[in-house]
Amino acid sequence: MLLTITTTYKNTTDLGFLLHKHPGKLQTIDLAVGKVHIFYPESSEEKTTVALLLDIDSIDMVRGVRNLSGKGFSLGQYVNDRPYVASSFMSVALSKAFSTAMNGKCKNKPDLVDIKMPFEVKISVLPAPKGGELLIRKLFEPLGYSVNVERHQLDEKFESWGDSMYYTVSLSNEVKLKDLLSHLYVLIPALDNDKHYFVSQNEIDKLLEKGKGWLENHPEKEQIIKRYLINLNSLSRQALERLNEGIETEDIEDEISQEIKEKKETLHQQRLKLVLEKLKESGANKVIDLGCGEGKLIRMMLKEKQFHNITGMDISYSELTKCKERLHWDEMAPRQKERIDLFQGALTYKDKRLEGFDAAAIVEVIEHMDENRLKSFERVVFEFAKPKNVVLTTPNGEYNVMYENLDAGTMRHIDHRFEWTRKEFENWANQVAENNNYTVQFSPIGEVDEKVGAPSQMAIFEYGN
Amino acid sequence: MEIKIPELSLVLLIGASGSGKSTFANKYFKRHEVVSSDICRGIVSNDENNQAATGDAFDLLNFIIAKRLKNRLLTVVDATNVQKESRNKLINLAREYHTLPVAIVLDLPQRVCEDRNDKRDDRNFGGHVIRQQKQQLKRSFKGLKREGFRKIYKFSSEEEIAEITQITREKLYNDKKDLHGPFDIIGDIHGCYDETIELLEKLNYQIASVSDNGKNYGIDVTHPENRQVIFLGDLVDRGPKSPEVLKLAMSMVRSGVALCVPGNHDLKLQKKLNGKNVQLKHGLAETMGQLEQESEEFKEDVREFLYSLISHYILDNGKLAVAHAGIKEEMQGRGSGTVRSFCLYGETTGEIDEFGLPVRYNWASEYRGKAKVVYGHTPVPKAEWLNKTIDIDTGCVFGGELTALRYPEEELVSVQAKKVYCKPAKPLQTESDSNLSHQHKYDDLLNINDVIGKRIVQTRLRNNLTIREENSIAALEVMSRFAINPKWLVYLPPTMSPCGTSELPNYLEHPQQAINYYKKRNIEKIVCEEKHMGSRAVLVVCKDEQTVLERFGIEKEGIGICYTRTGRNFFNDEKIEKEFLSRTQKALTSSNFWEKHKTNWVCLDAELMPWSAKAQALLKEQYAAVGTSAKNALTEVEQVLQQTSKRNIEGIDELLKKYSNKRKSIDKFIDSYRNYCWNVESIEDFKLAPFHILATEGQVHTDKNHEWHMENIKEICLADEKIFRVTPYKIIDTQNEESISSATQWWTELTEKGGEGMVVKPFDFISYGKEGLLQPAVKCRGSEYLRIIYGAEYDTPENMERLKNRGLSKKRSLALREFALGIEGLERFVRKEPLRRIHESVFGVLALESEEVDPRL
Repeated sequence: MLLTITTTYKNTTDLGFLLHKHPGKLQTIDLAVGKVHIFYPESSEEKTTVALLLDIDSIDMVRGVRNLSGKGFSLGQYVNDRPYVASSFMSVALSKAFSTAMNGKCKNKPDLVDIKMPFEVKISVLPAPKGGELLIRKLFEPLGYSVNVERHQLDEKFESWGDSMYYTVSLSNEVKLKDLLSHLYVLIPALDNDKHYFVSQNEIDKLLEKGKGWLENHPEKEQIIKRYLINLNSLSRQALERLNEGIETEDIEDEISQEIKEKKETLHQQRLKLVLEKLKESGANKVIDLGCGEGKLIRMMLKEKQFHNITGMDISYSELTKCKERLHWDEMAPRQKERIDLFQGALTYKDKRLEGFDAAAIVEVIEHMDENRLKSFERVVFEFAKPKNVVLTTPNGEYNVMYENLDAGTMRHIDHRFEWTRKEFENWANQVAENNNYTVQFSPIGEVDEKVGAPSQMAIFEYGN
Repeated sequence: MEIKIPELSLVLLIGASGSGKSTFANKYFKRHEVVSSDICRGIVSNDENNQAATGDAFDLLNFIIAKRLKNRLLTVVDATNVQKESRNKLINLAREYHTLPVAIVLDLPQRVCEDRNDKRDDRNFGGHVIRQQKQQLKRSFKGLKREGFRKIYKFSSEEEIAEITQITREKLYNDKKDLHGPFDIIGDIHGCYDETIELLEKLNYQIASVSDNGKNYGIDVTHPENRQVIFLGDLVDRGPKSPEVLKLAMSMVRSGVALCVPGNHDLKLQKKLNGKNVQLKHGLAETMGQLEQESEEFKEDVREFLYSLISHYILDNGKLAVAHAGIKEEMQGRGSGTVRSFCLYGETTGEIDEFGLPVRYNWASEYRGKAKVVYGHTPVPKAEWLNKTIDIDTGCVFGGELTALRYPEEELVSVQAKKVYCKPAKPLQTESDSNLSHQHKYDDLLNINDVIGKRIVQTRLRNNLTIREENSIAALEVMSRFAINPKWLVYLPPTMSPCGTSELPNYLEHPQQAINYYKKRNIEKIVCEEKHMGSRAVLVVCKDEQTVLERFGIEKEGIGICYTRTGRNFFNDEKIEKEFLSRTQKALTSSNFWEKHKTNWVCLDAELMPWSAKAQALLKEQYAAVGTSAKNALTEVEQVLQQTSKRNIEGIDELLKKYSNKRKSIDKFIDSYRNYCWNVESIEDFKLAPFHILATEGQVHTDKNHEWHMENIKEICLADEKIFRVTPYKIIDTQNEESISSATQWWTELTEKGGEGMVVKPFDFISYGKEGLLQPAVKCRGSEYLRIIYGAEYDTPENMERLKNRGLSKKRSLALREFALGIEGLERFVRKEPLRRIHESVFGVLALESEEVDPRL
């Protein structure tokens, strides 16, 4: 909501010239959803401070841009922190209020532009979700700032609620004003990790323009880009690629292949590879992925000639939409399209559409169901849909001790209702097999630890004896 | 001359071109009943005589016929139909939909046809076409009966046609919709005469010996309340006294005190008596032996009687269907060989089991019809409802019981077999390991087709409600991922609309508008209840686990449940849940609730506090987050502005004032949400405030007024004041200004103390006005509470002005639809309907909740 910039540079009043704002006046500039007030709390020989005060109209904010934060049609749109914090609104205010300074221009005193001056900046208040103080430091310190933060409690009356994600941040550095402004322009929304407008292609241009000269060498470059572009993966990947254009190709390849290598070896990839292998071994032609999500396994299966008929089902309609996008559904050749069928469904309801498959993959699905619903799941899949083969995976809870960041007794994913031990899983799967005339075999997924087993586990069911 | 046709039939007009079929059709049938091949040609090709379009035209014709027959509509086919192949297709179509095919042949002289065609400028085909059609027709005459036509009418001249006075539509034999009972429906007797007499006596029938009039065999059965017996067939075989049973049944049917449908054994006996070569197995030998003592005349009488029996009956305005082995919905009230054989034998898979008996397919598990179906045929240890069907053959002849179903009371009355007359080929359906009833077992799994796609749900309160597909999609995800076991989920509460927007300058909501809503609609008595600020909770609590099993069909999930308005478990911690429910159960028990309301379970609508218990995440991520960020930022802003103010810059003081006000607003905002938060350390930190006793066994309490609800709930609350909270309320007379102002004053007091506000309801649970169903409640929220809904600074004049511009119609429509669906779900549950029917309503509420409505309302 409030940003102050203070300098003690010898002719402190020069700040007014540089910023193109008269120190003796209150100026107000209109923004899309409110105003920004610019004034000088102090202007003396020793010290000059300029303040940027946001005056956001929360009602206008809702009327203008709806449904941006992905919160849907909820109350969060109407009662939120946006009017009170430093966010992308602050960046817009900065660029509107100080556009000449940001562009490194000064009509009256052009020499001042490239002079490094001692600056102190105070931001009240800055949200830093998923990163907090450490992240604030990691973003500003490499640029030469000394950083001071004060974290605010959520509610002093309810201490058990803990701390908030809001900080009052003080920064000091000897730096050119235009750089200071660019840093703030990029890093404030990156910390906030939210945008009040739709993030589109030209966001990348803005980011690259403002980040010119410092972002490419910033050690947290990737994180800044990702957070600035609010985790829109493809956009951040594009930005990273374009950002790297100036650097020697070797480096890029190294960086990308490293990244890819890491990704490839993630547990999930391993799991999917193994599932695919098992599906192939089963000799199935007609397969269904129950809980297909965004369709990673489907895309893998599509490459295999063996699968004439690939069906994906998921409970989440938005995941299915994503799945179609990833498959480039609308442009897909008719022959390919014929092989695929996608629909929404739930594994707790009996469903004729699930009948007649050679094999079903059920990857990391059951742990998202309450245990008392598993009986319905069992009947839907094994009693009624009755695919010849079922490849089913779930985490191995025993392995959790191997994760350093996982507190004892907690689960890997907030939506997991249980994470079974190998014994629990085997008991359940054996019972399911017995009830429904299947045989079952088990297989670990990922590296096997002597004591706790592999991170994930798999059951391969086959119908009949 | 009068032509008689069954009211549900497929009528083929047969005749050459120009024989006057269309004229005939238009004269005797209604516009939509006639499907014409010429018109279909026209539709698919723009030319009614385009022979090249014949293929497409007949595809369309067949399609239309199929749809009409499916919808039980008499249909007349206006095409030449002179070829056997084309008639065959139509006859097959009629059979597929179990309708009777009728032929009306117009065999007019060639000259007449030619003359007619000549007069029409759009028909220019030569005489040879008509000649050919006439020849084909001639070849057809003989075979028509064999082709399967039930009725054939033939007219050979214009004069004959002119003599037709009218076409009468006859009811089908199975149509007894005008009989309303009451009935006593009796299952398979199999010659168990003594048990039948005992059962009839138990059912209070008076059985008298009278003189034999040649029809009554000296028996006269009557019932003082004129009840009627329906015999479900299989009167004979296996048992000791088949002839006696026949005499009894025949006498009762003839005197009108009974109806009878045939069973497979009866049919076999009839065949035998007809002289057909029938194997004397499955008890027929015994029957034939017993009949040896009887006269030939009697046997002839039996033969005729059995021959006359109709496969099934539709009774009581279509609400009841009876057949020996049951009947599927699509066969009810129709006639075909398939229907008859289904009624006699049921559905078999064609396989033979290890006892050498045909494997039966349980058609009832898929039954979705509106009519209740009562049947027998398959002996079962216990008669149990499943999807509105019930098999009441409890195997008397095998030493079981002879059972009658009293309709409409739906009471089962049985007598024990005096002995085992016959050993069953296989043991009566083995007892399963489950303790659940058939219906509950079947209900373990719902079908996705009952929830996805666009749905139309019939409700008592608001007729048909449409659930749009996009809303079903959203609801499916929530239901499947987060909701509790659907067997618990008998109700979801409706959303509640706020009162109209206040015209007073400082208020967005004020009691005046809430009261006016009802006053304007001529509701004289209303109830104002304090609105607690917690989280909505629905509780289902049973007296014991046995009730959970018997009534809800749930095992090992405790004695009840407490769930949120979206069907999620209220408590994440199983231990706390158990403790909480057990406290509630104890309070119900110690307040004599079970005895007073003659029930073993209850469904309560309530508010559970504190808000912070369930809404912890919301509070931390939204309310406290906004509070702390705003407070800290604004404190800093105030300081900086105060500092600037010393510099005498124009406009700064104004700005300071503005931001100081913002600061004050945020302090109030924080106070406001804190009002509804407290730490929960023990079970007694929870406070439950029920406000509706929604349902108990046999009753949905929407017929009681709110005073009844509040007073009865108070009794429960007083039994455990540590966790229950009594909801204060006032009854207000909308015609009395003093009474109204007392309500306003009360609301002011409540909200000034930090209360959320109040809920205003009509005195009666369900109230109607000129526009139909009225809002079951409107809320009127306090000014400070609204801060957490509309934002800390909502009450500045410029904001208030904009916020007052709010529309309520969408919210109100939603509230009514959800209310109707919610109550519908409960009513269905109380009527013990299949779970899918209850789930449909509850799912509907959830789906509607995904409609976009301003969440601040």
